Amino acid sequence: MSGTTAAAGGHHGEPGGFLRKYVFSADHKMIARQYMFISLFWAAVGGYFAYIIRWQLAHPEADIPLFGRPIGPDEYNAFVTMHGTIMVFFVAMPLLLASFGNFLIPLMIGARDMAFPRLNMLSVWVLGAASALLLLSFFVEGGPAAGGWTGYPPLSARTAYVGADKGMDLWLLALALEFASFLMGGINFLVTPLNMRTRGMGLLRMPLFVWMVMIASLLFLLSVGPLVAGAVMLLLDRNLGTSFFLASGGGDPLLWQHLFWFFGHPEVYVILLPGLGAMMEVMPTFSRKTIFGYRPIIVAVLVAGALSFVVWAHHQYISGLDPRLATPFSVTTILISVPFALIVFALLATLWGGSIRLATPMWFAVGGLAVFIFGGLTGIFNGSAAVDIYIHDTYFVVAHFHSTFFSALFLAGFAAIYYWYPKMFGRMMNEALGQIHFWGTFLFFLAVFVPMHLVGVGGMMRRIANPGQYEFLAPLSGLNRMITMSAVLLLLSQFFFAFNFFWSMFRGRRAPDNPWEGTTLEWTTPSPPPHGNWPGEVPQVHHPPYGYGLPGAGEDWVPQHRPAPSGAGAGR
Amino acid sequence: MFAWLPENVSTFGGDIDSVFRFIYYIVGFWFLATQGFLIYCLIRFRRRPGRRPPYLHGNNLSQAAWILLPLVIVLVLDLWIDFRSADVWAKVKVGGPRPDVVIEVTGKQFNWIMTYPGPDGRFGTADDKKVENELHVPVNKVVQVVLRGEDVIHSFFLPQLRLKQDVVPGRAIRAWFQATKPGKYEIPCAELCGFGHSGMKGWLHVHAEAQYKEWARKMWPGS
Repeated sequence: MSGTTAAAGGHHGEPGGFLRKYVFSADHKMIARQYMFISLFWAAVGGYFAYIIRWQLAHPEADIPLFGRPIGPDEYNAFVTMHGTIMVFFVAMPLLLASFGNFLIPLMIGARDMAFPRLNMLSVWVLGAASALLLLSFFVEGGPAAGGWTGYPPLSARTAYVGADKGMDLWLLALALEFASFLMGGINFLVTPLNMRTRGMGLLRMPLFVWMVMIASLLFLLSVGPLVAGAVMLLLDRNLGTSFFLASGGGDPLLWQHLFWFFGHPEVYVILLPGLGAMMEVMPTFSRKTIFGYRPIIVAVLVAGALSFVVWAHHQYISGLDPRLATPFSVTTILISVPFALIVFALLATLWGGSIRLATPMWFAVGGLAVFIFGGLTGIFNGSAAVDIYIHDTYFVVAHFHSTFFSALFLAGFAAIYYWYPKMFGRMMNEALGQIHFWGTFLFFLAVFVPMHLVGVGGMMRRIANPGQYEFLAPLSGLNRMITMSAVLLLLSQFFFAFNFFWSMFRGRRAPDNPWEGTTLEWTTPSPPPHGNWPGEVPQVHHPPYGYGLPGAGEDWVPQHRPAPSGAGAGR
Repeated sequence: MFAWLPENVSTFGGDIDSVFRFIYYIVGFWFLATQGFLIYCLIRFRRRPGRRPPYLHGNNLSQAAWILLPLVIVLVLDLWIDFRSADVWAKVKVGGPRPDVVIEVTGKQFNWIMTYPGPDGRFGTADDKKVENELHVPVNKVVQVVLRGEDVIHSFFLPQLRLKQDVVPGRAIRAWFQATKPGKYEIPCAELCGFGHSGMKGWLHVHAEAQYKEWARKMWPGS
């Protein structure tokens, strides 16, 4: 089926010198680590901003500890805008899609590197440039962008409206560069699995994580074009006096919302799918049971991906759109629950009858699944146009999308980090610290975002700096303080991770090749893998992934590269 | 959960709340079913030496039926939600009843400017009155607001009446409501509109008939 062997072409010797090895590297494993460090840096910044936002909401106009003074409403808008921008574009995408996509695709499909290693290097460097522009925007006059992460014009189109000046332009440029970076990365994530699979690795024998990254990249490539056009038009409106989005000059403010959300909803899956893919790798390994419904899952994700292109107006039910459009979009939106229910059922069925070991990666995977189900279900409320009339732009929406994003980005992301860290850095992370980190993260997450739904039911609007200005929000102040306290504890729990991550890099126990007894190809090479990924030949593949409990096999698990025992029923 | 809802004082608010509750019961069922199953698996199937899990790949129909059959229930419940939601949406947002009172509301950083047509009931005449942030309406009458935006997008929100509608520059968007209880209710802006977004609010005064007439007499003396 897959004729190409990855060894052909582009495999050079190990590059020498610090700069060539750690900085200007075209090795997918080093690029993966670069993406990881960029995303963890931004996660720390985004988390700090979340803390400032929460403190302000619980204690408006009070001094903020670790910031030193109160913040004004204009600064509050900037922190909210930057928190969203950073977490979506500079943490979620680099960590799940780029870092793990880069690290795992060649190792999982049996390739010596990505299809285009130099393009790969360019993509991480462009993300570096985007990060630099975003950082720079904090220090220009007028401050960073303050129009919300969705940047709706006319607010974002005029300095007189939004306050921020060059900060808005830098924000737009940083986003445009980030898109360019992921376009380049996405080409690699698609071409590499299609062309560089080792012998025997049919498309339907690829681990599901590879499928998820491929589909996520495809969604990104298909959806980002309109938003790039929108970003250019907004830059022109801001700087050259055009009026694409300004009604006073004949433009239409709603045009931006269409361009943004046509991208925005597929983007949700660009972030979500690699996270789900990580869960789909971790759960079979720690249940010692094959994934339930490999093929139905792929079909379901393709269906959900296709549907994600026809749901965008669910962000705009009350935006002034023709009201007759709301119901069709409401139907498509709620229909998305069908493919995602299939994925959830398949993962639950994977656990059924297994032999489950609750090590840290597995705790994060099942915790992530639990929260993902919760976040998916609260999405039904938002999907209903009638209920959305009331809960649109309230904290119900904030609580909902944090439940989905947090489960995919952080819970699944931590599952991925704890699971593949030994392969990435050659050392094991500390298990006890990992479990403390899990329980702190999981429980305080719930303590933040479950009551936040109630704040939304109470009617509290998003993006207000001071709920104390409204009489009808007075009953919510106790909840808001409780949420803030939990958020502080949630953030403090991350220090267990930070310490574990850096300490284990130097002091952790040396990792064996296959610490979790996994079946996929990344576990057949030393930890960390050498340049070129396998010291000798690239292994051939004889089985589908997740060969646990194969009937007829002597052992309870059969790695993908081990020749089939006769009658092992794994010939698919 | 619904104890946190502000008191409903509009004719259609109860419909919206009932869809809210309807969805709550459906997703509540799925929540308990899936989380219960998950926790059961983690306890019942925890690792024990010698346990050999069954090989269930779920790729043929006889196995996949275990996840496809519940999917049918998901689909049916989805469509049920769609139908109930569509009816309520149409009632609140599509068309609407013939208004008894029409008022123009203009969102402008960071105020709501109300324009009353005056006794002649027509806009653009000499008896129009503009008032900042105070919206006076009679109870139990159909009120139509014509929403305009002067600068950026705002969102006209009446939490107690379960009404929200974005205000977009360049458009005149009509919304309606019928308040059922006299009182004074806040009108926050629900869409980020700049540094004064937080605190941009007006007041809706719902008057009993006699008080409404008295207010009108004070506004337009001698008419």
